[in-house]
Amino acid sequence: MADDPISQFQISKLIPIEMGGLDFSFTNSSLFMAATVAVAGAFLYVTTSSRGLVPSRAQSLSEMSYEFVANMLRDVAGAAGMRFFPMVFSLFLFILVANMLGMFPYFFTVTAQIIVTLALAGLVFSTVVIYGFWKHGLKFLGLFVPQGVPAILVPLVVVIEVISFLSRPISHSVRLFAVMLAGHIALKVFAGFIVSLGSLGALGMGISILPLFMVVALTGLEFLMSFIQAYVFAILTCMYLNDALHPSH
Amino acid sequence: MVRATLKGCLGGLPGQEVAVAGSDRPDETGRAGPGASAGDGSRDDDLGRRSRELDAALAARRPATPETAAKPVTGGMAGFGQAMKLSSEFIAGIAVGAGLGWLIDRVAGTSPWGLIVFLLLGFAAGVLNALRSAGLVAEADSKKARAESRGPDER
Repeated sequence: MADDPISQFQISKLIPIEMGGLDFSFTNSSLFMAATVAVAGAFLYVTTSSRGLVPSRAQSLSEMSYEFVANMLRDVAGAAGMRFFPMVFSLFLFILVANMLGMFPYFFTVTAQIIVTLALAGLVFSTVVIYGFWKHGLKFLGLFVPQGVPAILVPLVVVIEVISFLSRPISHSVRLFAVMLAGHIALKVFAGFIVSLGSLGALGMGISILPLFMVVALTGLEFLMSFIQAYVFAILTCMYLNDALHPSH
Repeated sequence: MVRATLKGCLGGLPGQEVAVAGSDRPDETGRAGPGASAGDGSRDDDLGRRSRELDAALAARRPATPETAAKPVTGGMAGFGQAMKLSSEFIAGIAVGAGLGWLIDRVAGTSPWGLIVFLLLGFAAGVLNALRSAGLVAEADSKKARAESRGPDER
């Protein structure tokens, strides 16, 4: 096990695959993405297989996650937003499960890779743009023209609004990535303190209690952040989809 | 039961949601929805009505507190979350502005003016992003109302 805090994010090829000069290797990142999908799918499949009218504990857990996302989407994007429910629910569950899997020691955190979060945010962004233009045509561009702006300022405001719109996938993805990355590095750094203090003899052993408490607290915090970030990603998705559904400012 | 509990602690709008709780949802197969009541009306209607009443009664017992639901979210790491949110919004605006300016320079050969102008515009967009995500920009009608009701728990 490497003791520097960054090596946990290193991608290693498990099954090298090369096709037409491009690298399609099955990496540890791919493995954990596949595991995430498998866990999320298995969770929903197993918990809903009995389908009791009075839900069992496991079934009510999956019903709760369903209701949670459904209510969020309905509150933010209105009833019309429910057509995007499969996408939002999948995104939420994927990020949540990936974050939670990342909390296991020695596991790889998929969402601490910027390319993964950027791909997810790009999916949301392109859905918003394509659906917006397909549904509203050029009226979708009304999103960029706020009401009540003096005519002279409109070109300037439109440019700023467009830049603001284009920056969405970046802030959307960077937030999830940065929080997961920072949290895991902090955990690793404080865990490293325990080991290096412990090697200093009896006094060091005594002091190393302090970073141990810190690691325990940080672990709890990381679990909280794992959930919050999945929630934030999903609710931002809902807000962006709301713009595609109702572009009038 | 689960639904009412969830609504009480997670739903943003305390009072108004509950009244329509059981009305029309595409999902609940296990429950008697409005569609199921078409055949033999009175009993299913009665069941639906009673379940709505139960939802309402449960919600009435539970103090309407959207704030406390957001508390564990905003507590503790509030500053960290807020900083991540605002800084990522701000930096994203600048980065996109600079990128656009650089692209325009490359295509139109106007270097360095495109970069200069769009970096400044990106700065403005970043400020707009940050203010908007902090909820300080007044948005148009319906959006504003929604944003207000959502307010504190969105980070």
